[in-house]
Amino acid sequence: MQQKTFTITNDTGIHARPATQLVNKAGQFSSELTLEYNGKSVNLKSIMGVMSLGVGKGAEVTITAEGGDEEEAMQAVEEVVKEGLGE
Amino acid sequence: MTNILKGIAASKGIAIAKAFVLEQPDMDIEKNAVDDVEAEINRFNEAVKKAKNELQLIKEKTLKEMGEEQAEIFSAHLLVLDDPEILDGVTAKIKEEQLNAEYAMKEMADMYVTMFEGMDNEYMKERAADIRDVSQRVLLHLLGIENTSLASIQDETVVIAEDLTPSDTAQLNLDYVLGFAADIGGRTSHSAIMARSMEIPAVVGTKEATASISTGDTIIVDGMEGNVLINPEESVIETYKEKLNDYLRQKEEWAKLVNEPSVSTDDHRVELAANIGTPEDMDGVLSNGAEGIGLYRTEFLYMGRNELPKEEEQFEAYKEVLERMEGKPVVIRTLDIGGDKELPYLDLPKELNPFLGFRAIRLCLEETDMFRTQLRALLRASAFGTLKIMFPMVATVEEVREAKAILGDVKQELIKEGHVVSEEVEVGIMVEIPSTAVAADIFAKEVDFFSIGTNDLIQYTLAADRMSEKVAHLYQPYHPAILRLIKNVIDAAHKEGKWAGMCGEMAGEETAVPLLLGLGLDEFSMSATSVLPARSQIRQLSKKQAETLAEEAIQLSTADEVAALVNKKGFIVS
Repeated sequence: MQQKTFTITNDTGIHARPATQLVNKAGQFSSELTLEYNGKSVNLKSIMGVMSLGVGKGAEVTITAEGGDEEEAMQAVEEVVKEGLGE
Repeated sequence: MTNILKGIAASKGIAIAKAFVLEQPDMDIEKNAVDDVEAEINRFNEAVKKAKNELQLIKEKTLKEMGEEQAEIFSAHLLVLDDPEILDGVTAKIKEEQLNAEYAMKEMADMYVTMFEGMDNEYMKERAADIRDVSQRVLLHLLGIENTSLASIQDETVVIAEDLTPSDTAQLNLDYVLGFAADIGGRTSHSAIMARSMEIPAVVGTKEATASISTGDTIIVDGMEGNVLINPEESVIETYKEKLNDYLRQKEEWAKLVNEPSVSTDDHRVELAANIGTPEDMDGVLSNGAEGIGLYRTEFLYMGRNELPKEEEQFEAYKEVLERMEGKPVVIRTLDIGGDKELPYLDLPKELNPFLGFRAIRLCLEETDMFRTQLRALLRASAFGTLKIMFPMVATVEEVREAKAILGDVKQELIKEGHVVSEEVEVGIMVEIPSTAVAADIFAKEVDFFSIGTNDLIQYTLAADRMSEKVAHLYQPYHPAILRLIKNVIDAAHKEGKWAGMCGEMAGEETAVPLLLGLGLDEFSMSATSVLPARSQIRQLSKKQAETLAEEAIQLSTADEVAALVNKKGFIVS
């Protein structure tokens, strides 16, 4: 299992465009990916799930990957987060 | 007998084609128990697949015609139809509760709609509309209702709709859509402005087009007279075909005036300029021979996104317009947003009366960081052409002074940083609030120019919302009070040696042009497509006679009398 915590620095948090990119990327892997924020955990491959968390600027989120390609998945997702969302 | 609907002529031209009625389908969804659960799941998957294919087509088309940003909406819609929570959720409901697919889908969508609407974030609240839109697409397939998607039109068509939203217009295929008619709207509603910029004939405000017309009816949209003819006789169609040819011939005549000056028969020259919203509008400006940009609405840079546009992005947009105008004047209006035009990411307070609220310069003087960023971008761009900066919604002299002080400060800052800033940037205001129009002599001492924003000036002066059907008749551009205010503004400017323009829709109306010429207006800014007809008209008018006309007009009692006078005296030349 891979797990990493990020702080969201994007002004508008995880909304439409960044969420779309994140979910698109997650969907390319077979591993189970989850996004955890504020005690709630959702499927990172679900746009509705990700948007329903209402992640705003300054939030700390944890992403978990579990499965055959968990390392690649985590790496790819991390890139998307760092490019557009935070560090 | 031919059935005729009367409406408002929103965009010139004549379209003759079969109707395509854009309907808001009535979707009654019943809750049923299903026996064959597997078959129901298959039916659901099939509907999702069809909806996805449709969205894919719309997305590609939007990408090609409107660019990446607009296409993004449909990427998000597609993702919703790939969402495991939704797909598995609906499947589980069908399986476990033996629900019919329609009901299961609707329950799932409603749950998310409620969730998003309940969030205390404007941006997320708006996403609820996206979910509704996508789920409706799936439901239409499940219910077997033919999806009257605009993008699917493959034959020459006249579109009939209650109204056309920006996303509707994004889907119009101009190879096939020859014109449209709408139930609601006026000359300045979004649909009308879009029609003029796409150069397709349109009639709006017909009240009952969707009720009276069925898909497949033969329709004539007469964008000159504001008429919609339903299933006309062959002889009528022939007459209109001739009318259309005449119009096309006249357009050719107008086209010859592209490089000609806008000068009256007695050698009085005025400037005919164009209104634009984005640099993409520049092609139309140049092909229609506008002598300047009289209004560049910068709102579009701020809309349809999640955060404020950066200085660099704004600079590039302003620079592009200035460069393409090759030294001709470009009036750029600072951000006119707030009130009814919302920016979700600014999180502005909801107001009871947004038109009288926190917007435009009022907002900019409060949100000074945002304002300074725009002014920095503008001044940096000033090195690439003839820039004039205009502040909107000015009500008091203090506002002008405050805005100019910030501008001066920003300029010093830029020079210190080593940027090149033009020394000849004129600073003016939009005159659209009656207080400013009445006290124009005071304001004229503070600014380099006025531009009269008639759309708002008329609605504030007559206290009538042009979008409200019951009072729309009170929105009267030719009311003597409006003409007197315009005269007051122009005279005040001239007394101080300044110039006065107009950037409302009125500036391009053939009834208004002779009156404004007579009142001494220096610059007329309008939709790019109105420039050549207006130039043709001005070149046939005498300024002296127009002055006499204007003097007589402001003494009349009613708007109708004014319009009748202009017509009677032969000032409408087309």
